[in-house]
Amino acid sequence: MRFLPTAEQRAFAASLDAMLTAAGTPSAVRSWAAGDHTAGRALWSRLADAGVFALAVPESCAGVGPLPVELAVAFVELGRHAVPGPLVETVLAAALLAGDPRRPDPAAELLSALASGRAMATVGAPYALDGDAADVVLALRDGEVWRAPGARDARPCLDRARRLTTPLPGGELLLPRTPPAALGWARLATAAQAIGVGAALLDRTVAHVGRRVQFGVPIGSFQAVKHRLADAKIALEFARPLLFGAALTMDAADVAAAKGAACEAAYSTARTALQLHGAIGYTAECDLSLWLTKARALRTAWGAPHECRAAVLAAALATDPPHH
Amino acid sequence: MDLTHCPADEAFRAEARAWLAGHVPAHPLPSLETGEGFAAHRAWEAELAADRWSVVSWPEEYGGRGADVMRWLVFEEEYWAAGAPGRVSQNGLGLLAPTLFEHGTPEQRARVLPSMATGEVVWAQAWSEPEAGSDLAALRSRAVRADGGWLLSGQKTWSSRAAFADRAFGLFRSGPGAPKPHQGLLYVMFDLQDPGVTVRPIGRLDGRPAFAELFLDEVFVPDEDVIGEPGEGWRVAMSTAGSERGLTLRSPGRYLAAARRLHTLWRTLGSPEHVRDRVADALSGARAYQLSAYAHASRLLEGGTVGAEASMNKVFWSELDLVLHETALDLLGEEGQFADGAWSEGYVFALAGPIYAGANEVQRDIVAERLLGLPRGRR
Repeated sequence: MRFLPTAEQRAFAASLDAMLTAAGTPSAVRSWAAGDHTAGRALWSRLADAGVFALAVPESCAGVGPLPVELAVAFVELGRHAVPGPLVETVLAAALLAGDPRRPDPAAELLSALASGRAMATVGAPYALDGDAADVVLALRDGEVWRAPGARDARPCLDRARRLTTPLPGGELLLPRTPPAALGWARLATAAQAIGVGAALLDRTVAHVGRRVQFGVPIGSFQAVKHRLADAKIALEFARPLLFGAALTMDAADVAAAKGAACEAAYSTARTALQLHGAIGYTAECDLSLWLTKARALRTAWGAPHECRAAVLAAALATDPPHH
Repeated sequence: MDLTHCPADEAFRAEARAWLAGHVPAHPLPSLETGEGFAAHRAWEAELAADRWSVVSWPEEYGGRGADVMRWLVFEEEYWAAGAPGRVSQNGLGLLAPTLFEHGTPEQRARVLPSMATGEVVWAQAWSEPEAGSDLAALRSRAVRADGGWLLSGQKTWSSRAAFADRAFGLFRSGPGAPKPHQGLLYVMFDLQDPGVTVRPIGRLDGRPAFAELFLDEVFVPDEDVIGEPGEGWRVAMSTAGSERGLTLRSPGRYLAAARRLHTLWRTLGSPEHVRDRVADALSGARAYQLSAYAHASRLLEGGTVGAEASMNKVFWSELDLVLHETALDLLGEEGQFADGAWSEGYVFALAGPIYAGANEVQRDIVAERLLGLPRGRR
């Protein structure tokens, strides 16, 4: 067993990190939130060129996957940079379409467009993230996968870079049955994104408390501050192996455990980050807000805490020793 | 990146599982912290050792099987899943033995390790003193040079297992007046039966003598019982403290087994809603520690090290252990109050976890300063 990322996986993460750092992602997030998708779209193309959207798609369908570990590696970086857009939803759409080998021709064409990054998709279950920006709106209706003719009612969210929409009724039936494993990809990608969000919040807060001087010393020298950050670090570090373990097994319980732990760690790190930044962290002007609000949103996206716990318990039940 | 044990490790797992199935006592042994229980646990060590299962990670010449850290994790998973007894030799196995492998002489290893492996000699640790707890370097017990050895005097406390153990190891100040508190220390082994040693057992919360105070009055130890160079005791001990906080003190297997038992208990009692979240989180937490240990083991096998990361482990497992036991007691309700309940002694033991082996507050300081790079400040 070698439960460590390979040199290639580390290099993939580093190249995405460098690309997103150079791209000035925070300003793309802010313009996305203001309804201007141009910069976000440009970022999307570069991620597609790096192969991010092809990772969930089998080679037989114009993808390079399925490569869940690489997908997790990539989504940690997307979270670290708070990249806007229906990232998880596009992966989910691809996993849905790839998950049914009898998919009709329109679905096969769509799959190739998603994998290549030519199309941005969202999935309504019931709300569809960024349906006003997406090229393709899928809707999960009574176990069927539909392509809706668009989305309406874009409503601002607490994370201002996320707008939830409602898929329009009607459209085209793509798959008569929702492939059951597809949701696992959405949960895995969300968990990875959360780990990245948490890491960014921790890094920024560590930098802040090292600079901010009160009572004549950096506030990061106070134990009350250190211990909150140590707890954030510990929570993130123990969620990370769950994420990569889940990526390796793609077992429903492992994925659920990873999703629950990663989102909990990211959210508690967000609370710590806000508290330790003080009032400046509470402002929309401070870039910290881009990650703070995302940590909250990811917690309930594609599996709220109780749903993740239910999946963990269901799996434990199946392997329980018999008892009397 | 993978999670597949090699065939040899799986074969080892199967062999361990089969042996444990045939040997683990059908009923739990009496408490380790009683004279009767201590003797029963000592006999269990001998039974393990007879078939070379007591020290699987040691070289074969000392009674081990030369298991690497990954195979040791596999053994521990099987050991605790089988419901096998706690290890009365834990202090020696987890603290003294790694120190001897790293700093001891071949003569010391040949003399000390075999009787540790069989449980014939059980070791207690003698670190803390009344005025030196988290700030261990403040210790004041003395080692004074004598002909062919040293004379130890002073007071040690919170010495686990010392009420019933045979020998002890710890730090003494051999070079008073050294410029810094962690200089001038001696790492030494001594006999608890020596006439100059008075052992005063201390009852822990449940009254059982799980640790003791030691009073030393000019206890002679020969030079061959000094580990490493005189004056270098701190460095020698810190390599021990590192392994203590790392994987070897508390393996993931223990918590995986406890989480499974908790889940079974929860189901047996009708899956009550009020602890559902905590049962699920205990299962996830134990899995997280298992996977994290696999990652650490992978790194060690590539020649890497586990440094300050060990402090994260200490905080994680000690808090996981408490949550596991608190949840079980909440589930049991009034039944959970009985001292002889299946989770009771484990709960009392878990309460000490955040305190011993470096208090969790100190571990959090280490995480913040060494892993996050925050400025040092007053404790």
